[in-house]
Amino acid sequence: MNSVRCADLRKTYKQGDQDVIGLDGVSLEVEQEGFVCLRSPSGAGKTTLLNAMGGLDRPDSGEVYVAGKRIDNLSKGKLAEMRLRNIGFVFQAYNLIPVLTAMENVEFVMHLQGVPAPERAKRAGEALNEVGLEGLENRRPAKMSGGQQQRVAVARAIVSRPAIVLADEPTANLDSSSARHLMALFARINETRGTTFVIATHDEMVMSYAKRLIRMRDGKIVEDQLQET
Amino acid sequence: MSITLRLAWRNLWRQPRRTWLTAGAMVFSNVLLIFLIALQLGTYQAMIDNTLGAFSGHLQVQRSGYKENQRIRQVVPRIRDVAEELRSGLGLNSVAARGEAFALASSASRTYGIRIIGVEPEFEPRASRIPSLVNAGRFLDDPVAPEIVVGEILALNLKAQVGDELTILGSARDGSFAAAVVNIVGVFDSGLDELDRSLAQMPLEFFQETFAMNGAGHAVVINAPGLFEVESVAEKANSLLPRGQNLVVHDWNDLQPGLRQAIQADLIGSWFMYGILVILVMFSVLNTQLMSVLERTKEFGIVLSLGLSSGRLGRLVLLETVLIGLIGLALGVALGGIATSWFETHGFTYPGMEEMAQQFNVPDRFYPDLNAISLFAGPVVVFAGSVLAAIYPMARLHWLRPVQAMRSA
Repeated sequence: MNSVRCADLRKTYKQGDQDVIGLDGVSLEVEQEGFVCLRSPSGAGKTTLLNAMGGLDRPDSGEVYVAGKRIDNLSKGKLAEMRLRNIGFVFQAYNLIPVLTAMENVEFVMHLQGVPAPERAKRAGEALNEVGLEGLENRRPAKMSGGQQQRVAVARAIVSRPAIVLADEPTANLDSSSARHLMALFARINETRGTTFVIATHDEMVMSYAKRLIRMRDGKIVEDQLQET
Repeated sequence: MSITLRLAWRNLWRQPRRTWLTAGAMVFSNVLLIFLIALQLGTYQAMIDNTLGAFSGHLQVQRSGYKENQRIRQVVPRIRDVAEELRSGLGLNSVAARGEAFALASSASRTYGIRIIGVEPEFEPRASRIPSLVNAGRFLDDPVAPEIVVGEILALNLKAQVGDELTILGSARDGSFAAAVVNIVGVFDSGLDELDRSLAQMPLEFFQETFAMNGAGHAVVINAPGLFEVESVAEKANSLLPRGQNLVVHDWNDLQPGLRQAIQADLIGSWFMYGILVILVMFSVLNTQLMSVLERTKEFGIVLSLGLSSGRLGRLVLLETVLIGLIGLALGVALGGIATSWFETHGFTYPGMEEMAQQFNVPDRFYPDLNAISLFAGPVVVFAGSVLAAIYPMARLHWLRPVQAMRSA
């Protein structure tokens, strides 16, 4: 079964008076336990495709399926529920909630899911251990390095065991050492938990971890190849 | 504490100065509202007590139609017995029988038309304040003596003083002449010119004899323990009245219709002022919450992308407003309660008040009435208004899209 399937996605943006093509007939299937990198120069449609796959943005036409369920026609509330249950996000700018500690940031999604408090605390603690942040549970984002913040974001993304984790330029704000650590972490989670990863990047190091590499240009997929890691 | 509550609470203190300024505006308006409403209620209480206590009382039992057309023949028969039954039935001593007539009063040099009230010397001091306002001589103390107390202006007009004689000439109940010579034993100053210019009081039994009342009178005055008890006392008094005599119980609103109208007119003006104060606080809250929402647009985009629904996000902003409102409510009620409580004990006055009090026989200090209404009405409205002010910032969140929100700076 596929984690994500997109069929003939089209999306056009207005930029001033001009129409800019974000997606131009993109069809894609991402298998379970996949580790996919979307590569392209900036503005070629990677983030637009990720947003459509994650239900953050609606395509103008085409269909998106997540865990076998069509999501492009869901209402706003159902889309939010779908994201909550099925998708983990890792953003370029970490995007942690500044007033919550690392532990609380990780717990937040489970709180929205209605997971009971003891279970939340247990799972959040495990997730933080898994990303190597034991001992930093009560630290707020402002007191952590970029690499540590991104690890908290990863822990937040994986803690509710989503079908798929979508990561948009996750290493862009990290130094090379932190970036390598992060990718090693992604690969380990993919291996041990079977979590599907779709990562948008133009970092060659990140691509080296991918099992499948998709190249985009002008809103289209121009190359789709498997690779040995 | 749930994460939502923790999040809301901590969000408030990201900008502590702004939060304190907003809460401070609420506290200030709450303290002001508590004091002003309590002072207003206290002033009304004083106004009512002063006006009703001076003469008319909270309730009067009269013959039906007497209030509209005060003819001497519209009587309450055996009025002292009726008053006695009401005193024992109601368990109140502040019940007094009265008779009323119009007559000419002549001193050695002048004659004036006056309103004579026959009163029970024993009970009248509990039913009205005039006995305590005698500033020359004394009040009546003998139920049958040919004595009279007169208003200060009337005494001046008659050029009479304590110890002088007055000749009373009027029309008795049976149509005959009513004539008597009485001694002025006291002069009172009620502060109400209308009373001081025309009113005189004599013992009820002497009045009944002079005006051939045959044991009858015109009104039984009842003072309830407080304004809130007036209605229940009126109901009970009604049930105690002798049947078949066409007697009615009038409350203070019937007896002094202008008083309630004056209070209502004053209330309308005050509510308008309080409304403006609440609206100003609402704008302060609206400004704070709107700024706070605009500043956190990107953060809201994040939590929306994580799966928080816009409804829950709106509730988070509402919860933040509720928390500021509760701070304002708690501190406002505490400080306002303490301050107003002090004034409730020590009274509130301002320069010139003493002279005015002496002139009009009103208290020289106003005592705010701190009760559940004065303590909570204003703060609860401020709280509700603040929560209402959060609706617009909340509504903005409804249309927020995660992608656009996360792109915002």
